[in-house]
Amino acid sequence: MAESETPLLDELLKGKWPSFIKEMKDMADTKPMVRDVLRQLEQSYRDKKTHWKHGGIVGVKGYGGGIIGRYSDSPEKFPGAAHFHTVRVNQPAGWFYSSEALRELCDIFEKYGSGLTNMHGSTGDIILLGTTTDELEPIFSALTEKGWDLGGSGSALRTPSCCVGPARCEWAMFDCLDVCHELTHFYQDEIHRPAFPYKFKIKVSGCPNDCVSAIARSDFSIIGTWKDDIIIDQEEMRKYHAEGKDILRSAVMLCPTRAIEWDGENIEIDNENCVRCMQCINAFPKGLAPGNVRGATILLGSKAPIVQGALFSSVLIPFMEIEEGYAEIKDVLERVWDVWDDHGENKERIGELVERMGKGEFLEQVGIEPDVQMVCHPRENPYVFYDEYLEEED
Amino acid sequence: MSMEVNGVTIELDDDGYLIDRNQWTEEIASALAETEDVVMTDKHWELIKFLRSYYEEYQIAPMIKILAKEIAKLYDIDKRAGSKMLYELFPSGPAKQACKVAGLPKPTGCV
Repeated sequence: MAESETPLLDELLKGKWPSFIKEMKDMADTKPMVRDVLRQLEQSYRDKKTHWKHGGIVGVKGYGGGIIGRYSDSPEKFPGAAHFHTVRVNQPAGWFYSSEALRELCDIFEKYGSGLTNMHGSTGDIILLGTTTDELEPIFSALTEKGWDLGGSGSALRTPSCCVGPARCEWAMFDCLDVCHELTHFYQDEIHRPAFPYKFKIKVSGCPNDCVSAIARSDFSIIGTWKDDIIIDQEEMRKYHAEGKDILRSAVMLCPTRAIEWDGENIEIDNENCVRCMQCINAFPKGLAPGNVRGATILLGSKAPIVQGALFSSVLIPFMEIEEGYAEIKDVLERVWDVWDDHGENKERIGELVERMGKGEFLEQVGIEPDVQMVCHPRENPYVFYDEYLEEED
Repeated sequence: MSMEVNGVTIELDDDGYLIDRNQWTEEIASALAETEDVVMTDKHWELIKFLRSYYEEYQIAPMIKILAKEIAKLYDIDKRAGSKMLYELFPSGPAKQACKVAGLPKPTGCV
């Protein structure tokens, strides 16, 4: 057997977990591009540094984003890897595909690029890995002809994404697929024509289980919730108990606000203090269910650490009824964008702007009344002087 | 990459941006615009002028929102219409195309 070109990479094939190397090697025989990328990676492992150049700006006509440029720093050694641009394709809401659609995508990318895909990137998009500048327009036409479109990149609205929602899940408080779909179509300009200070992500989760991690991964998080009491079926709870399920352990003790009592016969929930974490409902789905007054909480500002540390989203609108057309969501979104546009610095995420301005000032600018639900816990520092005190003394 | 303008060879980077910014002339700008299939009009030149003077003052290319506001001011339209107009003038994005034509350094891309 001929000696392997990539002995270091081959190490990754040992072990019991699957490796990206295996998939790429399968492609390497038919795609010289993939072979050269593997050879370049082997070189990187030897040199302990990347051989991708920083940056690169490529695109298709009419769009300011959707394609991320990638060039090799040693094209003479690895000619196949000279260009290896990434194409982001807008995924369908909830990631529902027909197998025909997946085949179409794969055929297109095998024809115009490396054939390697990443389903899905952390933005939610379909990622087509590796093509050349010359193939960008052809691939774009091939995709749009089949009804696909590019996703967002750069300082723009990124492709909105959502959980599978009511399509497969009993807990969805509203049709998050439709919200995602509508926002994507309504804000095409903002997705394809970057004009923001930095990236902006919208994620929509149907319930507080938050399966798309909206609270941690989106600047604008829409998360399903309910306003009234948790619906209790005591009979079902007793059945769980009779089956040996531990209600004390899985509901009472795990309730973050200690709002549940169970006396062996009846469960009682102090709904005023419930924070809608879903723990008890997830543990006992037949006995407990979210209330009937359903809507969403809108939260703002989560991000991964780049310029500043990581942030979670925090409450902007505690409860919003979700009405078709979603005018209220769009209105809040656009007011937030306006403030960000006026005050945001280059590469400043919305969460960082809120921190810099202070939430009070930000709320005033956006025109939203402060609410106790925006507060994590009461102020611990008593040495605070409010404006009205100062005025009285003056 | 390189191209020839009036018999002078101009060095360009992988993405076709000017390497030596001091070489910039209006002829080179027109030639760069041609590589992007952009036909320069007065509106294009006005924007390029603004970009270059902004760069001279701040040593950095302006954010797109600043460009959009400037163009909105110039033509007395709102900033959304301004943003739209930017993309009409430079269909693949002002960051990519306008900076290239203005001979500004390549904007750092995002991953």
